[in-house]
Amino acid sequence: MARRKGVESSIALADAVAMCKVDAISAYPITPQTHIVEHLSEWVNDGELDAEFIPVESEHSAMSAALGTSAVGARTFTATSSQGLALMHEILFIAPAMRLPVVMAVANRSLSGPISIWNDHSDIMAERDIGWIQIFAENGQECFDLTPACFKIAEDKRVILPTILNFDGFIVSHMIEPIEYWEQETFDKFLPEFEPQIRLDVKNPSTMGAVGVPEIYYEARMAQHMALVNSKPVIKEVFAEVSQITGREYKVVESYNMEKAEVALVMMGSLTETAMTAVNNLKAKGIEVGIVRPRLWRPFPTEEFLEVLGDISVIGCVDRAYTFGAASHPVASEVKSVLYTSDKRPQVREYVMGIGGRDVRIEEIEDMFMQLIEVKNTGKDFPIQYIGVRE
Amino acid sequence: MEHLNVFASKLVPGRELFSPGHKACQGCAPALALRYLLKAAGPNTVVANATGCMEIISSAYPDIAWGVPWIHVAFENAAAVASGVESGIKVLQRKGKLAPGKVNVVAIGGDGGTFDIGLQALSGMLERGHDVLYLCYDNEAYMNTGIQRSSGTPMFASTTTSPAGEKVPGQSTGKKDLAAIAAAHNVSYVATANTSYPFDFMAKVDKAFSTSGSKLIHIFAPCPTGWRCQPSDIIKLGRLASQTGLFPLYEYQDGKYTMSEDLPFLKPIEKYLKLQGRYRHLSKEQIEIIQENINQRYEWLQKLSRVSQED
Repeated sequence: MARRKGVESSIALADAVAMCKVDAISAYPITPQTHIVEHLSEWVNDGELDAEFIPVESEHSAMSAALGTSAVGARTFTATSSQGLALMHEILFIAPAMRLPVVMAVANRSLSGPISIWNDHSDIMAERDIGWIQIFAENGQECFDLTPACFKIAEDKRVILPTILNFDGFIVSHMIEPIEYWEQETFDKFLPEFEPQIRLDVKNPSTMGAVGVPEIYYEARMAQHMALVNSKPVIKEVFAEVSQITGREYKVVESYNMEKAEVALVMMGSLTETAMTAVNNLKAKGIEVGIVRPRLWRPFPTEEFLEVLGDISVIGCVDRAYTFGAASHPVASEVKSVLYTSDKRPQVREYVMGIGGRDVRIEEIEDMFMQLIEVKNTGKDFPIQYIGVRE
Repeated sequence: MEHLNVFASKLVPGRELFSPGHKACQGCAPALALRYLLKAAGPNTVVANATGCMEIISSAYPDIAWGVPWIHVAFENAAAVASGVESGIKVLQRKGKLAPGKVNVVAIGGDGGTFDIGLQALSGMLERGHDVLYLCYDNEAYMNTGIQRSSGTPMFASTTTSPAGEKVPGQSTGKKDLAAIAAAHNVSYVATANTSYPFDFMAKVDKAFSTSGSKLIHIFAPCPTGWRCQPSDIIKLGRLASQTGLFPLYEYQDGKYTMSEDLPFLKPIEKYLKLQGRYRHLSKEQIEIIQENINQRYEWLQKLSRVSQED
């Protein structure tokens, strides 16, 4: 069905956006996202993609203009990273409230300060609660495959919510990988035309963004919450369709070697690829450990996560961002919250690593697994481990 | 008034696309601006509104005053949202996904939403040349939040954040020149207008929409609540603002400034100031400074107009 080519992940993602035949792109440069919008501007300026490319003067306006194009019924894409995502913060909350299915790629990067262009998850973790569907891709192929999936999920009449596709800045965004492209006809068959339920139309005037007086605000927020919670079955349905098209399995929670694992690490993004090597290395020594990777972060796939955990008795949560001053960092916080309301009570230990582009070594992950095995054997307790930080 | 009704009905559409029953204060001139705007722009119009008085009073769900498609996202981004609306309509019409035909796109913001917090988004929209009319209704302070000073507040005006104190007599700076900022973007049309001159304003809206590209109208719109004046005085105050030269009406198009009315003489400013509580504290010297500033600026505008008409 498909051609495989050696291409940078950002370029593949941009190609996928173009092949989704977007109508509008609002773009502002920020490292390491920039290659995506650069490449899309080439598609538009070469006349190969009929879309409006709006080179806005800030990310705040990028998101604002995206809501404008989406509100008139245009399939809309934008991309950002780090400070750019933070600058959008105010408008990010408004997009799902207005049920505007914009798709945004976020090349995850650390937040200032100190200013850092390198990868971690502090940008998106600061935007956990914005009400968007949030998906984490692991590599360039996932970036390509999940881009049409994001549009299909976002625009589904049962969903109609904006969607973020996260992928690690530089580590994925700038990596040249062999990536299997779908044919254009596969895109066209997979992704129907965007048919908005409500649009700004002079023939049928509507009001978007009215004032929420106390008699209505609470209900509006509840409706928005339910929309996000109820999007999960559609996300699973679309992921299954992508699996069928590509022959690559797409689940809301991925796992590696969990059938045999004695202990497991929970982590997101490209880190899992490094961790898989650690799992294989330990397996060669006769030690069975596993990985749990939520691909879907919002809505959090609680049931699927618990199912993947199985009867495991010890897990370690790996965070790539700080929640300053909190009892736990974001992933651990989420996982512990999920476990508390379930029957399952594995012991949980917490790790932070790969902050601000700090390299993650396979041996470090092997050590973490061995530490978890010690926990299993002895019940050893220890506070949050900050892997690789100099004292 | 009866005569005016009969007379006006022949000049402006009777249909109200900005409905009565909205929640504006008595004597609100910005609400008049919206009413006149839609009479001129007509039903084929989409509005992107910044947060502010006019957004709040017109859109408390489910009591919506707008008879045209309307979107509000936030405070500082009406120009960016309007940029998106215009681009979206353009591409969907081009691709045959939306019925062809002219759609007027208007962004609306107050002086705070335009002069201050929205200036960057406005500059972006003007520079990119979106086919949008930006309407700034200027009531000279953040009225929605309780009369705080903006960079549209005139010198010496007392507001809740530039109070007339023992040491500082109200606002210490003058009004930012919004029309000049827009003109500096080399846009297709810029005009100043005044809610006390509705026909002039509506003609300017027509003219703005007869050009393609970005355009801006800066409309003077008195606020009885913030100016501490009688609601019944707002039309008089608006007229005085232009007759004194405080808020001169002019247009900028194709590099040329044209005075909408070249006044043979300027009425003294004192009467205008005396009608408003925000100027109650002014000394004779301060009034003289205001008068001097008005005279200088008006002369400069006259010169600009003369020079640009020469060739």
